[in-house]
Amino acid sequence: MKLEKRLLQQTRNVRVYLAITIGLGLLMGLLIIGQSYFLSQVIANIFLAEQGLAQVEGLLQILLLIIIARALLNFWSEVSANQAAGQVKTHLRERLFSHLQALGPSYTRGERSGELSHTVTGGVEALDAYFSQYLPQLFLTVFVPLIIVIAVFTADFLSGLILLLTAPILPLFMILIGQAAEALNKKQWRSLSQMSAHFLDVLQGLTILKLFGRSQVQRTTIAKVSERFRQTTLGVLRVAFLSALVLEMGATLSVAVIAVEIGLRLLYSQISFQSAFFVLLLAPEFYLPLRLFGTKFHAGMSATAASQRIFEILERPLPATSQADITDSPPLLSLGTIRFNQVCYGYSDNGENVRPALNGVSFEIQPGQKVALVGPSGAGKSTIAHLLLRFIEATQGEISVDGTPLQNFAAQGWRKQIAWVPQNPYLFSGTIAENIRLGEPNATLAEVIQAAQEAQAHEFIETLPQGYETAIGERGARLSGGQAQRLSLARAFLKNAPLLVLDEATSNLDPENEALVLEATARLVQNRTVLIIAHRLYTVYQADQIVVLEAGRVVAIGTHQALLQKEGIYRELVQAYDGGLV
Amino acid sequence: MTKNPFWRLLKLAAPFKGWIALATLLGVSTVGSGIGLMATSAYLISSAALHPSVAALSLAIVGVRFFGISRGIFRYLERYVSHQVTFKLLARLRVWFYEAIEPLAPARLLEGRYRSGDLLSRVVADIETLQDFYGRVLAPPLVAAIVGLGMWFFLGAYAVNLALIFLAFFLMAGVGVPLLTYRLSRKLSREVITVRAELNVEVVDGLQGLAEVVAFGQEEKQFKQVQALNRKLIYRQQQLSWVNGLQNGLGNLLMNLAAWAMLWGAIPLVQEGGLEGIYLALLILAALASFEAVLPLPMAFQHLGSSLEAARRLFEIVDSPPIIHEPKTLSPTPRNYSIEVKNLCFQYEAEGVGYRASGDGKEEEYLAQHPTPDTRHPIPDTRCPTPNTRYAVDNISFTLPEGQCLALVGPSGAGKSTLANLLLRFWDYSEGQIRLGGYELRDYSQADLHKLCGVVTQTTHLFNTTIRENLLIARPDATPQELITATTQAHIHDFIQTLPLGYDTLVGEEGLRLSAGERQRIAIARALLKNAPILILDEATANLDTITEREIWRTLQTLRQGRTTMIITHQLSGLEMADEILVLRAGKMVERGPHYELLSLEGFYWRMWLNNR
Repeated sequence: MKLEKRLLQQTRNVRVYLAITIGLGLLMGLLIIGQSYFLSQVIANIFLAEQGLAQVEGLLQILLLIIIARALLNFWSEVSANQAAGQVKTHLRERLFSHLQALGPSYTRGERSGELSHTVTGGVEALDAYFSQYLPQLFLTVFVPLIIVIAVFTADFLSGLILLLTAPILPLFMILIGQAAEALNKKQWRSLSQMSAHFLDVLQGLTILKLFGRSQVQRTTIAKVSERFRQTTLGVLRVAFLSALVLEMGATLSVAVIAVEIGLRLLYSQISFQSAFFVLLLAPEFYLPLRLFGTKFHAGMSATAASQRIFEILERPLPATSQADITDSPPLLSLGTIRFNQVCYGYSDNGENVRPALNGVSFEIQPGQKVALVGPSGAGKSTIAHLLLRFIEATQGEISVDGTPLQNFAAQGWRKQIAWVPQNPYLFSGTIAENIRLGEPNATLAEVIQAAQEAQAHEFIETLPQGYETAIGERGARLSGGQAQRLSLARAFLKNAPLLVLDEATSNLDPENEALVLEATARLVQNRTVLIIAHRLYTVYQADQIVVLEAGRVVAIGTHQALLQKEGIYRELVQAYDGGLV
Repeated sequence: MTKNPFWRLLKLAAPFKGWIALATLLGVSTVGSGIGLMATSAYLISSAALHPSVAALSLAIVGVRFFGISRGIFRYLERYVSHQVTFKLLARLRVWFYEAIEPLAPARLLEGRYRSGDLLSRVVADIETLQDFYGRVLAPPLVAAIVGLGMWFFLGAYAVNLALIFLAFFLMAGVGVPLLTYRLSRKLSREVITVRAELNVEVVDGLQGLAEVVAFGQEEKQFKQVQALNRKLIYRQQQLSWVNGLQNGLGNLLMNLAAWAMLWGAIPLVQEGGLEGIYLALLILAALASFEAVLPLPMAFQHLGSSLEAARRLFEIVDSPPIIHEPKTLSPTPRNYSIEVKNLCFQYEAEGVGYRASGDGKEEEYLAQHPTPDTRHPIPDTRCPTPNTRYAVDNISFTLPEGQCLALVGPSGAGKSTLANLLLRFWDYSEGQIRLGGYELRDYSQADLHKLCGVVTQTTHLFNTTIRENLLIARPDATPQELITATTQAHIHDFIQTLPLGYDTLVGEEGLRLSAGERQRIAIARALLKNAPILILDEATANLDTITEREIWRTLQTLRQGRTTMIITHQLSGLEMADEILVLRAGKMVERGPHYELLSLEGFYWRMWLNNR
């Protein structure tokens, strides 16, 4: 019954709703007492005092009012509990998303992004039960039995005492068995999800299994795994269900004990029938909140688990970049010489293993120059582009523009100077025009079309069913790699920034597409300072300067001709492109 | 096959009907014990109020004690048995689905609407939804119906009009409220699902496209879009909570109103002597306690909806007819390992259109009756019959003699992978002919055909297990030495050695994340280990950097000695080793010949080659 502190802090803004929910719960407790009182009164009057409908009419009317009021409160408390949960979710989800934005693409990149988007959507959703059910029920479990036991005391001291004495025993047993059972339960759910993962794995690899003639064998494996899981899990559950047994048994047995106790005392006239019946009606209500709490417990647990991940993200410190935005930064008047000076960078997974990606990289990009980065995959080419885009900050060394360190500029302002064409451009769900407008959100349609024309994209866009208003993605048009490339180029044309960072696509295009992309690229690099991550020899030939990278270091800088003279990785690379196998 | 999914689901659960009956019985007993406890307690107190002798109360006391104990025990047993049912159902569903999907794979899983990668995870989730079919959908109404019926007889024995009042409220709570909330929430729930999906898209866009968003300074705009959808979603959810509140309130109201109305109806009866006053409290409390059975019904209604939805999706996949038809006779023994393709045409079936262009089983009969290999399929010397339709493979012919190497090149969408899929009998071709070792490809069973082929595809699935296990799939009885020979040839042995657990390192979700190049090399090692006479390399060196790619090509060159090899690629490197290159474009063959000959043509191949550089 751990109360997650960080989760509780989230209630700060929704205390009113929580208070209303709990207040309504208490009011319902009072109404239950009232209902039990009047019900026992009516029955006593009919059964023992042998009264008729006319005499008890007043009591029946009060009873009806109480019943209606209970239903209304029931409705209202559900609504207000959801109000609280809704506000917490709104707030947390927005905070989480903007925090992820601030953490930047280097944090969200790659396979992680799926898990992260799930945390933003599903993870936050899982908190709902904590605020709408678990938390209110927690308070009610404490206070409603308290009100009821007071009412029972006024009617019959001994019964009140029994309730008071048995009440702590139940939670005690629950905690004793519950903790052991909870651990077992958790283990069971984990192995259940592992089993699902196994099944998914087999389905995903079905083609491979078929190719290797193993698919028939898997059938029995699936049956065996499921059967083994059933046996071990039920073994575990046999114990885990004990908590339910204790809870149920404790509650019903106590009611039985009270029933027998008041029955016998009624026999010897130590208590009135009406009081006895009143106590009997209240006894199950006394245990009900506790039993309900047992059912909400799981919701609370899984919310706590989900919240761990959410807070883990929220507590991750923001990179220095985002803080620089706040301080005043000098405006950038013109783009000067960009200089990398002994720049180092290491990727870290969860702050532990730092994998060095760049190790003392130095080179210069003069205004108007075209610089090509060349090297095998993993050499650090993309890292350099990301540093320049300030997705990440150098761990050592300095990147400067005309001598001013890059950090002195606000990151957002600096990025206004750059147009970026990534290797695998991401297309957003939305229309073609919206996707191009990423480069300049306020661009007119005419400007968008002009950019598309320059990027050689206009013609294929025109052939789409709704032209520039055609939706892309799941429900819309599927674009080929070459078309996506050209949209990405159109964005860059539209942005019209002085510095271009271009991550060349490894080609999988047919010659026509390829020619169009090359043509558009050639136009784009004109009159701009360009940093190209090159994958084609053709591009490399055109560069003013080639920076050859290997394992995070610059191994050579120079023009194509100069580099070719030297023995080394550049020549090897060129040969690999050029000479085939010979 | 268009049977109602509900009945088909019931049929799937049918083998466990004994267990289901037991679980239902225990569920009824649990609620029954609750009713019994309150009824006997009320009777005990009412009797005691008349001050009889202690002995007269003893039966009631025994009853109270019995029900006080039995309820907990029944609840425990009920949970145990219903979990038995759940897990048995889960195991059955998995095997059932696997058996159904295995002959359909991979064709049915790759086509049209199923192409998106999340199909399989949805399948797994759907099966998980269905595992609760008993516990959440079947059990509650069954229990409620039996309890209602029992109460009807019980109350009827005392007074028929009380039983009628009870039944009216019980039905309203058990059928009316679920129907009402279902109707009220249906549109809202659907909207919640839609908005949630929209939010999901926006969040995925915002995070997967974060690099673009940041680079173009659009953080603010993206955030605003997420914010707007988030608020819309929460607003809709809150509207839904009104319906939930209504359902809770109404359930509570009907339960208490039932007691109130019965009380109101019983008073004249007691006065007129039609009902003994001693039973009044008993009947009221029994009625109140019995409503426990109807409270879970609105939830059962919602689960029914999602179960049927999940079942419908699964049945849709399972019901699709198989794309290939296994021969009824034993596979022939190939005379050699040559491949001959003549006038091959193939078209993926249009979405929603039933397959089987080739007929309806008559062809198989024909095959069975005409077993002579050479005359089974006279080669039609015609072009593909309907020139207007777009063929994925359009009138392709070539011969690949045993031990030679053929390369298929062309831009994406040219039909290269389709040809590979046809050669592996993932799909069956409709027109033209493929012959392997002198026999029509359709005469080989899929399994026998696969024994002859070593395949490396462009995407490699590695199973969630050790590297060793992943390799051994190819040949379970391979010695460690053979394993190392294969990995060394695939240039991955050294890398595996650097891992903390070496060959016993786990890969995939729960283990090491391998780069695309590393996965590719493991796939190559796997194919090497299989040591099959025919080698099909479908973009085998995609995702590798140029230098590694060259090393792999060297390996493959030695490896292909003595094997019939087919290389499928869009990267025009290493193709000097091919004896013949077919250049494909939009399903048609545009050029053919060895590398240097094609270059000297200065045609399509030459342009691709230039662009590649």
